[in-house]
Amino acid sequence: MIELTYSSSELMIVNAARLLKNGDVVFVGVGQPNLACNLAKRTHAPDLVMIYEAGVIGAEPRRLPLSIGDPTLVSGALSVVSIYDIFANYLQRGNVDVGFLGGAQIDKYGNINATVIGNDYAHPKVRLPGSGGAQEISAWANRCYIMTPHQKRRFPEKVDFLTSAGYLDGLGGRSVAGLRGKGPVGVVTDIGFLEPNDTGELVLTALHPGKTAAQAIENTGWALKVAGDVRTTEPVTEKELQILREELDPAGIYSKSG
Amino acid sequence: MNKLIPLSEAVSQFVHDGDTVYAAGFTHLIPFAAGHEMIRQHRRDLVLARATPDLIYDQMVAAGCARKVIFSYMGNPGVGSLRILRTAIEKGTLELEEYSHFGMISRLQAGAAGLPFMPMNQTAATDLERTNPLIRRVVDPYSGREVITVPAMNPDVAIVHVQRADANGNAHLWGIIGEQKESAFAAKRVILTAEEIVDEAVIRSDPNRTLLPGFIVAAVCHVPYAAHPSYAQGYYDRDNDFYLGWDKISESAEAVKSYLDEWVYGVKDRAEYWEKLGRPTHKRLTVQPQLSDAVNYGNY
Repeated sequence: MIELTYSSSELMIVNAARLLKNGDVVFVGVGQPNLACNLAKRTHAPDLVMIYEAGVIGAEPRRLPLSIGDPTLVSGALSVVSIYDIFANYLQRGNVDVGFLGGAQIDKYGNINATVIGNDYAHPKVRLPGSGGAQEISAWANRCYIMTPHQKRRFPEKVDFLTSAGYLDGLGGRSVAGLRGKGPVGVVTDIGFLEPNDTGELVLTALHPGKTAAQAIENTGWALKVAGDVRTTEPVTEKELQILREELDPAGIYSKSG
Repeated sequence: MNKLIPLSEAVSQFVHDGDTVYAAGFTHLIPFAAGHEMIRQHRRDLVLARATPDLIYDQMVAAGCARKVIFSYMGNPGVGSLRILRTAIEKGTLELEEYSHFGMISRLQAGAAGLPFMPMNQTAATDLERTNPLIRRVVDPYSGREVITVPAMNPDVAIVHVQRADANGNAHLWGIIGEQKESAFAAKRVILTAEEIVDEAVIRSDPNRTLLPGFIVAAVCHVPYAAHPSYAQGYYDRDNDFYLGWDKISESAEAVKSYLDEWVYGVKDRAEYWEKLGRPTHKRLTVQPQLSDAVNYGNY
């Protein structure tokens, strides 16, 4: 049995792809989420419908898009609509099953900060890009997944600024705030999976082969709880790597790092 | 009514210091030629609004054109930060007003429809509500639950680049149609630039593709390659290398000044700019045609 080697990006992409169900309508982002969606479509989810926030539905990009508005997304797509339509009729209406999210900080309730580091919005220590579509995706997609390297600085106990809503102050917060979707049901890292417990707090529920709970705890900025029945994720397969490396990202632009 | 004039004249006549400008185009058809013309004409104190400011506003801010930026994503798409904008905001030298993409687009939709505001469902983004007092809440008069509202945006000028238009300003555009329609209807004046000026008969051959009617357009300018380094679907590719290269250039004020001197102030118009980019770049950005299947409107 050949021991496969892979980058931590490839590990996360493969695991994220498996979370998608056949027939899901997915709001796709650039980079790793884009690869995860395309990998899912070529393996267990051929009926996946990929939507890009630039207004493209059913994109089948011939080349790897650098941005969410790349022309390759349009050629041969099923449909292109305006930005207003994609956010209103698709996302706000409840037609989107899955959204992918990411950001500089993710806190213990899965809230994300992509706006400012530090507490002074007017004079920020670091000004980050801001919401883009994330604010609405986190609130209105039926469920969301977050993909991120597992590093302590990315996992503070509480975000400096709440760009996209996770479970706010805890489970129940979302329905009080009137948010329609389930929120971040899983965080895929290069160590394992975090999932919300019944109070909305992210806890460790899975580890990738060879990873330990101690590593996860050490790289989290709050006292990370470990589920009683932590499972081991299924190993990355040769087939998944082949698709990723030969068909989707041969230059390794998004999948090589780590 | 023939509205064809050079872009330099359109900017001179219709963009004034202090104006709120919306240069439309969500990654696609971004009107860089108009941006460069505003820089060349030394426009000042502009309020620059776009969902993603993109390099066009990074360049205009570097050139000193702006006092404020209204945006919903401050990034160089797929690359990283918009360094010049980001530094200006971190230093406090540029005013800002921030929304999410849907907030921004809803502002334009309200503006386009002549409404005072646009409601949307809640997203629990209370930090943004706190920092932007223009994002408010009202009670839905039917259900009694709260909804979020954003005020209408009616820019002084919208600049829209399209693939083809007739001399009256009736415009066809395809690919990512972003917010061109909303920003054009919301604005007080519209400057339309087009890759091609076509006969009215071409427009009339496919009326479903006409996004903008000529009567809302103030000026029509024939500006091939107006979108570079952005793109025009079917005409030329996005210059991803340029976007990546800007990340390096924008690290140094010196390099940015050099860039503006050579590529904006140093050329008289977009034709000279495109020529200067050279044949290897032209070739690299060339795209093979992929035509759609024709539709039959019927000769009724």
